Amino acid sequence: MTAIHVGNLSKTFARPPGGHPGKARALDDVSLDIGKGEMVALIGASGSGKSTLIRHLSGLVIADRGIIGRTGEVTIAGEQMQCNGRLSPHVRRLRADVAVIFQQFNLVGRLSLLENVLLGGLGRIGFWRGSLGRFNRMEKLAAMEALARVGMADYAMQRASTLSGGQQQRGAIARALVQKAAIILADEPIASLDPESARRVMDSLSTINAEDGTTVVVSLHQVAYAKKYCPRAIALAQGRVVFDGPSRALDVPTLCTLYGAQCEELLMDETLGAEPFPPVDDVGGVPPLRAVGIRGV
Amino acid sequence: MEISPRTQAAATLPAVDGRARTLKLIGWGILGALLLGSWRGAEMRPFDLFTYGGNMRVFAEGFFPPDFHNWKMFIEEMLVTLQIAVWGTALAVVAAIPFGILSAENVAPWWVVQPVRRVMDAFRAINEMVFAMLFVVAVGLGPFAGVLALFVHTTGILAKLFSEAVEAVDPRPVEGIRAIGAHPVQEVIFGVIPQVLPLWISFALYRFESNVRSATVVGLVGAGGIGVVLWEDIRGFNYAETAAVMLIIVVTVTLLDLFSQRLRKLFT
Repeated sequence: MTAIHVGNLSKTFARPPGGHPGKARALDDVSLDIGKGEMVALIGASGSGKSTLIRHLSGLVIADRGIIGRTGEVTIAGEQMQCNGRLSPHVRRLRADVAVIFQQFNLVGRLSLLENVLLGGLGRIGFWRGSLGRFNRMEKLAAMEALARVGMADYAMQRASTLSGGQQQRGAIARALVQKAAIILADEPIASLDPESARRVMDSLSTINAEDGTTVVVSLHQVAYAKKYCPRAIALAQGRVVFDGPSRALDVPTLCTLYGAQCEELLMDETLGAEPFPPVDDVGGVPPLRAVGIRGV
Repeated sequence: MEISPRTQAAATLPAVDGRARTLKLIGWGILGALLLGSWRGAEMRPFDLFTYGGNMRVFAEGFFPPDFHNWKMFIEEMLVTLQIAVWGTALAVVAAIPFGILSAENVAPWWVVQPVRRVMDAFRAINEMVFAMLFVVAVGLGPFAGVLALFVHTTGILAKLFSEAVEAVDPRPVEGIRAIGAHPVQEVIFGVIPQVLPLWISFALYRFESNVRSATVVGLVGAGGIGVVLWEDIRGFNYAETAAVMLIIVVTVTLLDLFSQRLRKLFT
């Protein structure tokens, strides 16, 4: 059964977010289907459209209007999330079925971790009870159980802003669990994390996929993680799907054909630990500053 | 001092930016013209201060020694003034929360933001004294008119400050809440308000400080509190008592400012 269907989706930004003039086309006629219970990696260098695609899948961004016969659409478990540049009127109910995990965690820093996790249930409970934050005992127990599952139960009463990146990301996964979504979309969930935290986050996602049958789509820019955790990989380059198949088929020659010079970015941490290429700051792609010649000035 | 050849080569002055210097001169010129132009309109007569110095000395002597005979009544009225400020601020905070959120561009659409902002501008533009005079007519002499005057004016100010805080929030937690499938109102409650709350509390306390000062003057037009006493004393040429009342105002306002400053530091 199809969990996610994307048909002929295109997106043009008026002003490109990355600031590359002339590259405003973020998604270019993307079509793909993801089956229920799959764990799929979305691969691509920065600026290839991974985040944009994930934001379309969760109805946070609206696609371009299609041309006749090619109306871009996103369907979640058979229900339309958006079609031809319009969000479904039921978008909030559909969003409740699609949990999103963000690169920057997107927890509310001044609320406790437990409160953050409880908020995962907002889409499923009544408006007034949700707005007043009157969560019942069962919901609180479910939230604690979710925190225990990602190994964060001890931090339940701590403010989210006081936790490390890896801890916050696991909290965000617990929020997704409480959301009881059939699909988890993770947008570069490990890009801001150290290798050990990255491994724990990927392990959590993989366990949820295996135990709960949750469909997981995770965007990554390191192929090594994709190969280790996801049987299937979809590769994007300049907003187009350039590869869709088993992740083990993504060997070095293939990647170099797909990405040219950018393939270095994807092959970082190829062996998960050793770094075959000179280290590059994996958040912004900025090489580390070196103190050169300060004395000589 | 002897300059070594090496330094001499390096020691050239940076080129003078002619345009910047001209602009600077023009700036000072405009300021000077503005002050001179306003001289006559403001009927500036600085020499009067010396010419009528004697009269002023006699007038100032009337204030000493301050007359604290009616101190019980002064304290009571000062308390009323504080109570006017408390209620005026409290009502304004309650009203400024929705108005502040609705005049934030990152929350509400422009066709809500613009009208709400214009109304808030009007609330701010009109001084609380003017509102006090209007409310004295509407609800009669007394503290309640003062409360309403402070309420309306402060709502305009706090709504603007609140909305500026809302416009500066980190959008990512809000998006996190939206992705859950939450209602837009819930996005504000859980995504925006926790982020702005410390600032809002600080703004509200600051406005309370200012409102205590304002509450002492709304009494001048009959809207209750110590201002009424002050006005009666000035009108009755009772300067010794005027001095006592002013001292009480100074002490109260200073104490409250200190206290409120301490409190605000706790939140920011």
